[in-house]
Amino acid sequence: MASTEEIRTQLAEIVNDLAGVAVEDVQLDKSFVDDLGVDSLSMVEIIYECEDKFGVEIPDEDAKNLKTVGDAVAYIERASN
Amino acid sequence: MSTTVVITGLGATSPLGGDIASTWEGMLAGRSGVRKLQQPWAEELPTRIAGEAAVDPTEVLDRVEARKLDRSAQLAMVAALEAWADAGYGLGEDNPVDRDRLGVTAATGIGGLQTLVGQWDVMKEKGLRRVSPFTIPMLMANAPAANIGLKVGARAGIHTPVSACASSNEAIALAVDMIRLGRADVVLAGGAEGVIHPFPIVSFAQMQALSRRNDEPERASRPWDVDRDGFVLAEGAAMLVLETLEHAKARGAKIYGTVAGAGITADSHDLVQPDPDGYGQSQAMIKGLREAGLSPRDIVHVNAHGTSTPQGDVTEAGSIRTALGDATDDVIVTSTKSMTGHLLGGAGALETVASVLALRDRLVPPTINLENEEPGLGIDIAKEPRKLRDGDLAAVNNSFGFGGHNVAVVVTNENVTD
Repeated sequence: MASTEEIRTQLAEIVNDLAGVAVEDVQLDKSFVDDLGVDSLSMVEIIYECEDKFGVEIPDEDAKNLKTVGDAVAYIERASN
Repeated sequence: MSTTVVITGLGATSPLGGDIASTWEGMLAGRSGVRKLQQPWAEELPTRIAGEAAVDPTEVLDRVEARKLDRSAQLAMVAALEAWADAGYGLGEDNPVDRDRLGVTAATGIGGLQTLVGQWDVMKEKGLRRVSPFTIPMLMANAPAANIGLKVGARAGIHTPVSACASSNEAIALAVDMIRLGRADVVLAGGAEGVIHPFPIVSFAQMQALSRRNDEPERASRPWDVDRDGFVLAEGAAMLVLETLEHAKARGAKIYGTVAGAGITADSHDLVQPDPDGYGQSQAMIKGLREAGLSPRDIVHVNAHGTSTPQGDVTEAGSIRTALGDATDDVIVTSTKSMTGHLLGGAGALETVASVLALRDRLVPPTINLENEEPGLGIDIAKEPRKLRDGDLAAVNNSFGFGGHNVAVVVTNENVTD
């Protein structure tokens, strides 16, 4: 099972690839929209890419609650258990 | 006295080059940008040639920005950024233009077709959840205009005229209207098309509209030649920065020339065939001249629509003669589509750019591949680069589109700076 740090690192690569945010800026306490400037449609893409990469399902109603990088990492950790 | 609208910036990306300099140099050199398509999907098509952009726009644009733009919008953005910088304007804090007085008119004939069919394929092959959330903002026809507007911060209105192959000439006409009606001081105007994909190629081929000279791509686009057999699909974009003469002078801008007027008519004859009488086409030129306050004797050059179709080329020659009368004898006509192929919604803007540069350099680019001229045309077609006379010059750029749209843009070398 992937560690929190491994998930964060992979997520950072996804956010960098899809939204152009520097990998090192994607830290647990950062808000996707407010801190990293990810637009709403890119956020949807990031969620779908996470589903593919981590092999988890993130229903739309859960996805909208993932405000920070930490929220997303914790969700992916829980969902892959 | 109506407001004078001058041209202060030019941008283009075409089968001849990724910018204005290389595109214009290619035109004057009589080079063809038409090539055999190398993609595996092209093998089974009836037409396997096209004018692909010489420079892939994804190599020029920021990677993340490019992936949110359809190919048509990528090409439009490349041309817009060149035109904007050429006009001496910057972006963000370096953009001095009053945003409430800045507009965009950026046309496309078809829109984000590659995104539409591409995401349809994704949906069928990978499922509903894999369809990109960017699909709609990428495929909408106004996406090139909207993205350019966002880039330069335009707030005076963003428009997307859609009139098939006349679209970007109409965008230029609309930009002039916006400025003359006092709705904007500066407008970034033009158009783009990026639909080199098997589906539109087959669709145009089914209409018998495309050349099938697959073994000789560079000789396929041959306006007015007796062996022409249809147009050659091409992709690319061109954009012009238009502004009031007052605005341009106040900032000491370089001026390429003046958009003196435009004439717009509709054939109301047939959806896809031009009216053989050419009434609508000639009326577009006549109305353009009237709006420009010019007479046929003032016109030295016509950049024809000249797509290399059997009927269209003949009809247009007659329309030019009808519009300009005996003055036609002193007018040098060319079709730059002989070199670029047909950019559809990008054609009008690219050819208006070519007309402006022809007046500036007093040099008309040639119509290549004209080996056996259709008899009885009654127009003087440039087979090699042709010098224009000294003094005041005016040119007409024609664009006609499926749907019966006719748009003639009239440009002059008035107000040009050295």
